[in-house]
Amino acid sequence: MKITLEKRAMASNFMTYASPIIAIGLTVVIGGIIFLLAGYNPLNALYYYFVDPVMSLWSIEEVVVKATPLVLIGAGLAICFSANIWNIGAEGQLTMGALAGAFIPVMFTDWQSPIGLVLMLLMGVGGGAAWAAIAAFLKNRFNVNEILTSLMLVYVAQYILDWFVRGPWRDPKGFNFPKSVDFEGWQLLPTYGDGRMHIGAIIAVIVVVILAIMMSRSMKGFEIKAIGNSRRAGAFAGFSYKSMTWFCFLLSGALAGLAGIIEVAGPAGHLQPTISPGYGFTAIIVAFLGRLNPIGVLMAGVLLAISYLGGDGAQMELGVSAKTAQVFQGMLLFLILACDTLIRYKIKFSVSQKSTEGALV
Amino acid sequence: MTGNESVNKFLLEAKNITKKFGEFTANDQVSIGLVAGEIHALLGENGAGKSTLVKMMYGALQPTSGDLYWNGEKVVVNNPAAARKLGVGMVFQHFSLFESLSVIENISLAIAEEADLALLAEKISRVSREYGLPLEPHAIVADLSVGERQRIEIVRCLLQEPKLLIMDEPTAVLTPQEADQLFVTLRKLAGEGVAILYISHRLEEVRQLCHDATILRMGKVVDNVDPQEETAQSLAQLMVGTAIHKIESVSDKQFGKILLRTRSLSLESDMQFGVDLMDINLEVKAGEVLAIAGIAGNGQGELFDALSGEMRVSKPDIIELNGVACGTRGIRFRRNCEAAFAPEERLGHGAVPSFRLSENVVLTRHNSDKNLVNFGFMDHKLVRAIADRVAKKRDVRTSKADPEASSLSGGNLQKFIVGRELDRKPKVLIVNQPTWGVDAGAAAMIRQALINCAARGAAVLVISQDLDEIFEVADSIAVISRGQLSDIYTANEMTYEKVGLLMAGAHEKPTKHVGNLQDNMAGRT
Repeated sequence: MKITLEKRAMASNFMTYASPIIAIGLTVVIGGIIFLLAGYNPLNALYYYFVDPVMSLWSIEEVVVKATPLVLIGAGLAICFSANIWNIGAEGQLTMGALAGAFIPVMFTDWQSPIGLVLMLLMGVGGGAAWAAIAAFLKNRFNVNEILTSLMLVYVAQYILDWFVRGPWRDPKGFNFPKSVDFEGWQLLPTYGDGRMHIGAIIAVIVVVILAIMMSRSMKGFEIKAIGNSRRAGAFAGFSYKSMTWFCFLLSGALAGLAGIIEVAGPAGHLQPTISPGYGFTAIIVAFLGRLNPIGVLMAGVLLAISYLGGDGAQMELGVSAKTAQVFQGMLLFLILACDTLIRYKIKFSVSQKSTEGALV
Repeated sequence: MTGNESVNKFLLEAKNITKKFGEFTANDQVSIGLVAGEIHALLGENGAGKSTLVKMMYGALQPTSGDLYWNGEKVVVNNPAAARKLGVGMVFQHFSLFESLSVIENISLAIAEEADLALLAEKISRVSREYGLPLEPHAIVADLSVGERQRIEIVRCLLQEPKLLIMDEPTAVLTPQEADQLFVTLRKLAGEGVAILYISHRLEEVRQLCHDATILRMGKVVDNVDPQEETAQSLAQLMVGTAIHKIESVSDKQFGKILLRTRSLSLESDMQFGVDLMDINLEVKAGEVLAIAGIAGNGQGELFDALSGEMRVSKPDIIELNGVACGTRGIRFRRNCEAAFAPEERLGHGAVPSFRLSENVVLTRHNSDKNLVNFGFMDHKLVRAIADRVAKKRDVRTSKADPEASSLSGGNLQKFIVGRELDRKPKVLIVNQPTWGVDAGAAAMIRQALINCAARGAAVLVISQDLDEIFEVADSIAVISRGQLSDIYTANEMTYEKVGLLMAGAHEKPTKHVGNLQDNMAGRT
């Protein structure tokens, strides 16, 4: 028997938006089955994953803190993917943004000024964009596949950060721990509530609004969608694919870098070898779950943040590894891509071609 | 087991065949009978259901309901292999040949039983001699002309000694001379008792060649006629269902100054099987329609890209639009010189499939139209008004307001794309294959619009492989073959035969390529 995918005549508009909901539902069901097989009460486990994180003010604040980098990066990636340009290396751009922004508190430890904070954020933006520019340059100049280069540069960036915090930037008073000096005062983002929620969340919402307007109304958004839908038609319109590659990488790199510096100048408060639990990769899921739409990304970012928190909660309450959160995230991406595929194609089973003859009936 | 009722008059008979794709009915109760020794035409516009019907005969599709009878006995054709076993051979419009393999290797791949290449070569030579299909078994396919590639497909079919041969638009890619050659072969085959199902929309050749004609319209059989007793006009009317607009050309023409000029335009193609342009010189004056004929794949796409600025040349003055040297400038700059372009590929080049018509207006006019974009934001109202105006003026039929480009039929979308450019009132208009795959009604409208555009004082360049179209619209005619352009002739000094010889490369200067086509032309006379 042969299984083939056949393109549907018309993809349902309704299903395009229903797809992420179906995918989330399936993830919950399959997740429950996995818990059941592992010997846990599935309802109990799912409660800790998806409900408990939003049941107290403290944990809601924590969701916002975790959603901030996801939304910032996811929004940039959504633009990239809309143009059919594949920046997979946001994690590396986040790392380089954090490193570049940390230059100020590490080198000018005593400088206390709001200008310093703004400069930190700008350097974070610059660091992320510069790291992304490498992949864009290689693609435009040598036609190197950007998926590979951007991904490989993640590991390069992480080793550079590692070298800095173990070497030149190590905190002299840090008992030899691999971390930088602790940031203080105007080297940290202003906070609200209990003290973990910071101004970064507001920046993320502003970025989402700007990008949403850009995509829905501006000529730039039109250009992105035109090239993403049909590169040839985009060229016919006079839009340059190379410029678009630069634009998308610089934008998504800048936002990833911003997320990086916000993370270290916010919750972390210093550099350390690991500054992100894979936000740059999870943001890819956020972008797709949000239908490559900035507003959708905002909602998807919150959902994925809950799953991070739920992972921690389940570890404490049930004793399962916090890594199960990644299982959920992986399942979610897989299922949403599967749903999208089945919306556009239908599966066709056909009987083996060989055995049938042109027989007279 | 049901053979009793129908006497074995028909070799293959389709009875009440219906084929549905979801909601859409491609074939609706179609019945057709093919007789041994007869050439039977299947006529219809694009989308009338011709291909669907023959695919079911060839086993590539299964009917939703209805039956096929072979010599009066009911058959189920599950797949093409089963069809070949019955004795059905098919030559497709698009060839499935491996470019880098030789003729004989390609054929042996299709015929699994024949392992001995020497024996096969012998057979190929015999069949090609017998039916006047000159073919060199050891030639590499990449070096062959389209006509020769078609011969490979025909020989491949004939080696299996089919009783029924299905030909899908075989002359679409041939020069008039090559087409005549093909007709000789087909008549000989029919004379030997082979039934031939001949799909075409070229009515003159159907009248010359076929004994019987079934006409499909919107999936239904509308008539069954003897083509020799019909005129091309009456056949066209049966196909379309209504009378077709008669093209009126302007008499007593006066041309103005030169608005489009190339000076020894040469360009290397960046595509793998692309065609390099060599030393192309042309001039089009205000009020003039210059048509460039040529078989598909002889550099038309590259010429269009060079003129539109999607591919740039080394020096500005190689291409001059509306008096401005712009060889090194991109398409936006050239549009601002009041030039307009309509490419061959509608979806994915001339229009973004998933964009609405209004958005597709923005696609080509965002820079050249003032007020369309203000401070980086587009004026949705104005854009929509333009889209509606174009749709109304060009009779673009849509199922809802401002639909996506991909939901329009080929003819309607082409009317929109050409209309979108004409609406700018361009000084220079360059169109590639303006009516390719477009129904006859829409084609007539588009051709008339091109003529009117020139009459208004624009220079119009039409690149086309449809000779009827060329003679309808052109004031002057040139022919492109393998990237070289012939001299430009006035339309009244040209004939189909002359164009045919030029299409075969009579004007080409010697190049590194092998001149197969010319050899064959010479060999036949």
